[in-house]
Amino acid sequence: MARASKAAPKPDPKTAEGMTASPDEQFAWYRSMLLIRRFEERAGQLYGMGLIGGFCHLYIGQEAIAVGMQSIAHSGDQVITGYRDHGHMLAAGMDPRAVMAELTGRAPGSARGKGGSMHMFDVQAGFYGGHGIVGAQVPIGTGLALANKYRGKPNVCFTYLGDGAANQGQVFEAMNMAALWKLPVVYVIENNQYAMGTSVERATAETHLYRRGAAFNIEGAEVDGMDIEAVRDAGARAAEHARSGGGPFVLEMKTYRYRGHSMSDPAKYRTREEVDEVRKTRDPIDHFRERLEARGLGDETRFKDIDAEVKKIVADAAEFARTAPEPDPRELYTDVYAEA
Amino acid sequence: MPTMNMIQALNSALDVKLNDDPNVLIFGEDVGYFGGVFRVTEGLQKKYGATRCFDAPIAEGGIVAAAIGMGAYGLRPVVEIQFADYIYPAYDQLVSEAARLRYRSAGDFTAPLTVRSPYGGGIFGGQTHSQSVEALFTHVAGLKTVIPSTPYDAKGLLIAAIEDDDPVIFLEPKRIYNGPFDGHHERPVQPWSKHPASEVPEGRYTVPLGQAAVVREGADVTVLAYGTMVHVALASAAEAGVDAEVIDLRTLIPLDIETVQASVKKTGRCVIVHEATRTSGFGAELSALVQEHCFFHLEAPIERVTGWDTPYPHAFEWDYFPGPARVIAALRRVMEG
Repeated sequence: MARASKAAPKPDPKTAEGMTASPDEQFAWYRSMLLIRRFEERAGQLYGMGLIGGFCHLYIGQEAIAVGMQSIAHSGDQVITGYRDHGHMLAAGMDPRAVMAELTGRAPGSARGKGGSMHMFDVQAGFYGGHGIVGAQVPIGTGLALANKYRGKPNVCFTYLGDGAANQGQVFEAMNMAALWKLPVVYVIENNQYAMGTSVERATAETHLYRRGAAFNIEGAEVDGMDIEAVRDAGARAAEHARSGGGPFVLEMKTYRYRGHSMSDPAKYRTREEVDEVRKTRDPIDHFRERLEARGLGDETRFKDIDAEVKKIVADAAEFARTAPEPDPRELYTDVYAEA
Repeated sequence: MPTMNMIQALNSALDVKLNDDPNVLIFGEDVGYFGGVFRVTEGLQKKYGATRCFDAPIAEGGIVAAAIGMGAYGLRPVVEIQFADYIYPAYDQLVSEAARLRYRSAGDFTAPLTVRSPYGGGIFGGQTHSQSVEALFTHVAGLKTVIPSTPYDAKGLLIAAIEDDDPVIFLEPKRIYNGPFDGHHERPVQPWSKHPASEVPEGRYTVPLGQAAVVREGADVTVLAYGTMVHVALASAAEAGVDAEVIDLRTLIPLDIETVQASVKKTGRCVIVHEATRTSGFGAELSALVQEHCFFHLEAPIERVTGWDTPYPHAFEWDYFPGPARVIAALRRVMEG
């Protein structure tokens, strides 16, 4: 029988892990979410100005997930995700300049301009991409977990996927292996309700995606992905399960993307009211700020300072990405094979 | 006669076949309710209902395999793989099942499906949204591979593909969906409405598979191209001031070798242009065929102008894309040879 369960109750602000964290830590999460929000807004603007070409999938609305999960990660844990990846990279500590410069295809971009929005990596941050093929990162993340086990490392691979990717065949192959070999992997399904223009209920017979691993006896939990502390609670439990030899865990993060799937999305599949309603009532950043204020931590100056600092970082990254040189044409042929 | 861009022409072909034949149906990612990522299936679900045009989960292997099953049972499914770069999970089913079903059942069963997929670069898609995958399919006996270059051909070829009794890989050059891009990225693209091949009849007609088109007559050099590169080749020929004959292959398999052969025997020179990586690209096959059929008529080595042997880079869109400068240089080289 499947052991999938609807765990992860809403955290009680008084007892949730969030309360045990110091005010500084809580403000760090807030800052990290705000940085992603402002960075993505600016990326959208640069796209509109023609400085970013091709594809650009913004993470706006989903910030609590990448930041919350990163906040419970241990040193050496890995992160791998799909194409909506800017937020995960910033949360993992990648340099905003390197990310933005990759978006504009410049030499100091994290992939020297050759990867672009969907295809970035960073060794220091333990960030294994940035994958443009829907679902393809899931078995690779499982492989990272297998490597952790093989090497006896106490690390977990956080493998992110979307609700659309949850239907790919290779996801099931990976989950079976992960369960069979008890691999330290947490599958984080970011259910933002729409795979491009197709809603979850029109794409899958089982809309409770936390049950995705049920056929392999993988435990799962549904989480409010708009609440960073709920994300942290569930994430910490899932990671502990995986780290301590319990095998994989599936977290379904209920979330919402405010922007289109990409920059060319006619958005006919949902109403403006639906988007506005989520923004108004469930915004992860506003919501957490209110909570900080309710806890008596919300000094107006402190929020203002964070605002100003984030604005400065983003402006600097945008300017850097706009003015950095394009890669040398010789770079076209580097890194195709190991250099002789 | 109505004027259509390539998207409208493809939509019209699907409309005609859904209307003509109850065995034709369409499915794929986002093709129903959303109308397709490039809007090729727009309005079809509304017109024909969700049993004839429907959304599938993101599962390319499953989509193609289900179409093979339906094809074996007498239906003619048309499936969309949203980008050719996403087709690899379906490759096993296409190679091991669709291509070989007829052979291994001695003709008892067939898989008359059509797999439509936008392909190619010029849109800053990076390595997972720009690839030209044709050679992976031309290498597989049992599959047909079709690539249109105009709205008129797109409609006629797609109808022919759907009516064909074998599995057809129908690759749509997405860079020219809205206009005949000639490689001059620094200039605004002309809309299709100014091109004669945007006149597309509303009803059924076919452009037969296996027939190339001579789109520019010339005496000195034959240029073999398909998809977007047809327009790049035409612009290059005009700018180079070379009396080039440009052939749009339209169908790679079955290949119209007669038209190619007649042209190269006349001109004595051959330049092959494609976006895909060079090594083992379809240009290699064309080069071998021209050499086999026309060796004693050749006055210069055969030239290939192709993408480089690298992943499609984000930063070097126009260095990678074999644009007019490279095609013109090749034309001049063969003329000097």
